[in-house]
Amino acid sequence: MIDLLIGPGVAATLVKIAVVLGVVMTVVGNIVLVERKVAGWIQDRIGPNRAGPWGLLQPLADGIKFIFKEDVIPGQAFKTLYMVAPVLSLTTALTAFAVIPFADKFVILGRQVAPIIADLDVGLLWIFAVASMGVYGIVLAGWASNNKYSLIGGLRSSAQMISYELSMTLSVVGVLMAASSLRLADIVNAQAGSVWNAVSQPIGFLVFMVSAFAETNRLPFDLPEAEPELVAGYHTEYSGIPFLMFYMAEYANVILSSSLMVLLFCGGWHLPLIEPMLDSVSPAMAGLAHLGIFSLKLGAFLFLYIWVRWTLPRFRYDQLMGLGWKVMLPLALINVVWTAFIILAGWI
Amino acid sequence: MTPRELMFYADAIVAVMTAAVVVLNRNPVVCALSLVLHLCSVAVFFLLLDASFLFAVQIILYAGAIMVLFLFVIMLLDPAGEGVVGRTGRIQVSVAIASAAVLLLGAAKLVPALAAPDQAAQPAAEFGQVMSVGRLLFTSYLFPFELASILLLVAMIGAMHMGKKGESE
Repeated sequence: MIDLLIGPGVAATLVKIAVVLGVVMTVVGNIVLVERKVAGWIQDRIGPNRAGPWGLLQPLADGIKFIFKEDVIPGQAFKTLYMVAPVLSLTTALTAFAVIPFADKFVILGRQVAPIIADLDVGLLWIFAVASMGVYGIVLAGWASNNKYSLIGGLRSSAQMISYELSMTLSVVGVLMAASSLRLADIVNAQAGSVWNAVSQPIGFLVFMVSAFAETNRLPFDLPEAEPELVAGYHTEYSGIPFLMFYMAEYANVILSSSLMVLLFCGGWHLPLIEPMLDSVSPAMAGLAHLGIFSLKLGAFLFLYIWVRWTLPRFRYDQLMGLGWKVMLPLALINVVWTAFIILAGWI
Repeated sequence: MTPRELMFYADAIVAVMTAAVVVLNRNPVVCALSLVLHLCSVAVFFLLLDASFLFAVQIILYAGAIMVLFLFVIMLLDPAGEGVVGRTGRIQVSVAIASAAVLLLGAAKLVPALAAPDQAAQPAAEFGQVMSVGRLLFTSYLFPFELASILLLVAMIGAMHMGKKGESE
């Protein structure tokens, strides 16, 4: 693991980092536009259509607006932590992408390419480790703003994220048992050999999906920033670039959990009927096809995220905690027992 | 000096400095955050030993889960972050000197190993990997492991009992 920093191949890693960062940031910028368009359709409106054709330049306009806004720091705020908090949020959200494999290893122009930055043997744990650091960004933003709405938002979010992190981690245990590996590429290939984990472990998939929605603080779990009660929650005091960073971190987390759902439960870059056809084409073409399949699945989950946000109302706070501890946690445990059963019975 | 050694010393400096801040700073939130940084730098030591599993677990459990709860309690009890009033009496000073003496004695034991680093025990290739840690937990250390989980269960039930006490009265 440490060889990634000091071993050979550092140049290739740097190129991959640049590519992944560029792609993720572009998707983050455009998913905001997609979200507003879809929200418009769901609410029978048109959505943004002023900046460029079909509003395509809206992300650019938003970006420029954020850059030219004044960064306001409240007088009584703890300045260092106030500025560190958004950086922490965005950094952790982006760092997790280091272990996401976007396709299988493939040969292109005579070179073998692994479309992943760091192929760690503890890839999945890396994501959980980084995500657990991401909580600090929100907690610190709430505390350092020295504002009661921000503080309550920060506290709510930390309580919520700790609670749902438990059921999320437990729901993945079944996946690990099926693949007997923590490496994400191994988990995907194990599913290609049998059935998708979403089919063999439907309860685990459901728990993971609900917990992922809660972890990203999106509706129906956006209690940390419930407008009617808390103004905007932990980022009430933020403006300009620091606010933009929170915003980007939220969408980066949405993309991250969507890719996790694709990789862990929906077969990653494999598609049952297409797979035999890919054996006959060149390896480079097969690699690109894998990349395309992964992107399509990712897009479907991103759409689901937006769809749910504009369809479901918000939970009450005690309902949210009750759901996490009394429903999701036991269901995740049931999934572990169920997976053990189907492995012993030899069904997968 | 190899890159690995360079990283070790850089990390060691971070670890010692953050530990010092934990003790010296008067703002409890800053103390808790430097403890988080300290625990992360300890995780990097595991990484330098190629113990990737221990690295991840150290961050998830200590730097992530446990310290977030610490911070949570600190923020609830002292939201303004006014800081605690520290008192340094005779008892504290004598206890500090005594524990420093014990630690220095322990450090003296380590000096021969430091003088000859080549003779220091090298960790096995699978040290701190998922497989080896799991195997140890479920074979040699099964009994202590189960004992620790019962201890945690007892503590949890005790905490819930004490929390409920105020309600019934």
